[in-house]
Amino acid sequence: MTRALAVAAVLLGIAHAAFAVEPSEMLANPALEARAEAIGKQLRCQVCQNESIEESGADLAHDLRVIIRERLKEGDSDAQAIKYVTDRYGDFVLLKPPVEPATYLLWFSPFVILAVGAAGAWLYLRRRPAPPDEPLDLNQRRQLERLLLDDQ
Amino acid sequence: MIIELGHFALILALAVALLQAGLTLTGAARNDLNLMAAGRLAAMAQFALIALAFATLVHAYFVSDFSVANVAENSSSAKPLLYKLTSVWGNHEGSMVLWVLILAVYGAAVAWFGDAMPPRLCARVLGVKALIAIGFLLFILLTSNPFLRLSPAPEEGMGLNPILQDPGLAFHPPFLYLGYVGNSVAFAFAVAALIDGRVDAAWARWVRPWTLASWCCLTLGIAMGSWWAYYTLGWGGWWFWDPVENASLMPWLAGTALLHSAIVVERRDTLKSWTILLAILTFSLSLVGTFLVRSGVLTSVHAFAHDPRRGIFILVLLCIAIGGSLALYAWRAPTLEPGGVFAPISREGALLLNNLILASCCATVFIGTLYPLFLDAVGGPKLSVGYPFFDRTFVPLMIPLLLAVGIGPLLAWKRGDVLGALQRLWAAFAAVIAAMLIAFYLSHGGPVLSVLGIGIAAWVGGAAMVELADRLRLFRAPWAEVARRALAQPRASYGMTLAHFGLAVTVAGIAASGFEQQSIALLHLGQTLPVAGYMLRFDGIGKHEGVNFTADRGDFTLLDGTRVVAQLAPERRFFPLQQQTVSKTAIHTNLLADFYLALGDPDDKGGWAVRAYWKPLVPFIWIGGVIMAFGGAVSLSDRRWRVGVAARRAAKGALPVDGSRV
Repeated sequence: MTRALAVAAVLLGIAHAAFAVEPSEMLANPALEARAEAIGKQLRCQVCQNESIEESGADLAHDLRVIIRERLKEGDSDAQAIKYVTDRYGDFVLLKPPVEPATYLLWFSPFVILAVGAAGAWLYLRRRPAPPDEPLDLNQRRQLERLLLDDQ
Repeated sequence: MIIELGHFALILALAVALLQAGLTLTGAARNDLNLMAAGRLAAMAQFALIALAFATLVHAYFVSDFSVANVAENSSSAKPLLYKLTSVWGNHEGSMVLWVLILAVYGAAVAWFGDAMPPRLCARVLGVKALIAIGFLLFILLTSNPFLRLSPAPEEGMGLNPILQDPGLAFHPPFLYLGYVGNSVAFAFAVAALIDGRVDAAWARWVRPWTLASWCCLTLGIAMGSWWAYYTLGWGGWWFWDPVENASLMPWLAGTALLHSAIVVERRDTLKSWTILLAILTFSLSLVGTFLVRSGVLTSVHAFAHDPRRGIFILVLLCIAIGGSLALYAWRAPTLEPGGVFAPISREGALLLNNLILASCCATVFIGTLYPLFLDAVGGPKLSVGYPFFDRTFVPLMIPLLLAVGIGPLLAWKRGDVLGALQRLWAAFAAVIAAMLIAFYLSHGGPVLSVLGIGIAAWVGGAAMVELADRLRLFRAPWAEVARRALAQPRASYGMTLAHFGLAVTVAGIAASGFEQQSIALLHLGQTLPVAGYMLRFDGIGKHEGVNFTADRGDFTLLDGTRVVAQLAPERRFFPLQQQTVSKTAIHTNLLADFYLALGDPDDKGGWAVRAYWKPLVPFIWIGGVIMAFGGAVSLSDRRWRVGVAARRAAKGALPVDGSRV
């Protein structure tokens, strides 16, 4: 337990001790820097929870930010720079999971669920029969019988 | 000695919970009023015992008794008193005790107001709640006991994680748990109704106050957590689609759907089976959330527990609770009689659409949160599901809901008239166009999506106002008539207007995030930095001593031309005990926009990294949340739903039909 807490504290420390994008990392060319930021926002800091490398203060995120900026300075396109990172760290670093057979279920299920739900609601509304007439209770039945008898 | 008393009280609470389950469920089955009354007493006794156990733990933290392992691991003597006390739930074991305490609070409240309910319904609700309490008390006593001693006792504790030492986060867990655990009441009512085989308008009236109360708390809890992230993390993000955040969002979405479908059950006696299912799912999602956070299955900022035994224990509890209730549902739901019929275009139809979309959104969050885990389990590739996924799924699903929320309240029950409603909404259309033009002008043609988002917010807010004006016959009837109508409106309808208006405010805050401007630079003393038309001047830097930290504090002046707008003093706090640095941001707000400043690292030549942001409308995100919760509270104060009224009326005969709309 103690060890686990220490591990958690270290992880938290990594995530928050430092700062996100440092002025010293930033590129002089504003167009290039804007591209780097846009790329960085799509890449996940592996030691943080769903924070992008642009936002994270972790050392690892710093390293990746520097790598991205170096690749862009070398003349890489955005796609090439991202590929450079995914080749080394895998698709795990992509905050937007790729659309591929393994993720079809992920990407399409929200809309499939909505469509199935809508179809279900539609059928429910269409097939609902009109509410049945209230059957007569015992007293009413007796009353009816009496009326019929009276008629006879 | 005192802590042992607490330990003993918790064991006794388990025994009482067992007794409570036996008494209430047997009593209800045999229709034995004495057994059922004893069961209600047991629920109050259970609460008293857990409250005692919790109080002993609070005491141990208060006096910094480091011979208690839980205190030694999570507190320290040099710490502000507030954080000594909030440390009680700043760790796994203590937060579980808070969890069962809140469960017992709701149980005792149901028992307290029980006179108003049919005794068998009350007994079965308390029986189901006792079963849940048994599971979680066993969990605490067997795997997460905070009452264990440490021998020899250390001189000093390990301290509370510095990022938890914050007023926002101190009160975030209690509110979140009041929301999570409050859903157990609706769940217990649903299970009781399934056992009973009867769901009617009176049932919906008993369920609604509890659902509303927990929904308000959950709304506030989520808002607090998000606000905390905003001012703590140093760059102003307020939602990360982090699994732990998602764990709280899912029960909120399902609970919101439940609130709306319960209206249909109450007013029109239909959608009963679906409402029961939602009540079960809402609490099940609360349990899933507890599992995700507490098992450590997803490592995250919030997950303190890293012991698989706990994960498996909660998983078993989860399977019993969810599996059992769903099996009961599958068995009993078909016996529920269908109620009134309605056309697709009607108030009921609009509420059904609300449920359909909220349920789809909830499923989307569920899938997005658990997919990486699922893929990993079946041997697929490791991947992350971050904000781009939710931007492309959750947001498009939400938009039709936001458009419909404007129209729904204007439709009549049974059969509505969309064209007529749209005609009455001309003022809302005007508000949309005006808001979008203003947003476009002020942002100098800013991002199209943000301008559209502002338009949607204006639509939701404008429509809420139009609906209110319509109900009061504002501008169409003499003022005396309007005033009379305003007084006669049920509070619940004001609650709805407020909640929908709050939603609009939150949507505006979220949409405006596209307009924010940032400046990041290395500043030397005396230098200025331009941000969004303002000037930020770096005046000085100094050391500052806190109770348990030392800080570098920067002095900055925000200038508009030559006028001083604000003095800002962001800090970098170093906590020696934990060897951790935490950024304390400085925020200047006028409630319409925030100026957000964070201090970074120094370089070795006297320069300091500074991040400054101008964030228009960002306070609206949380103001809207507070308005929503306030709307819920206003609705809760409606006398028609005050716990007990329904029963007294039901006892007199059928529920009265009142002409007022909800």
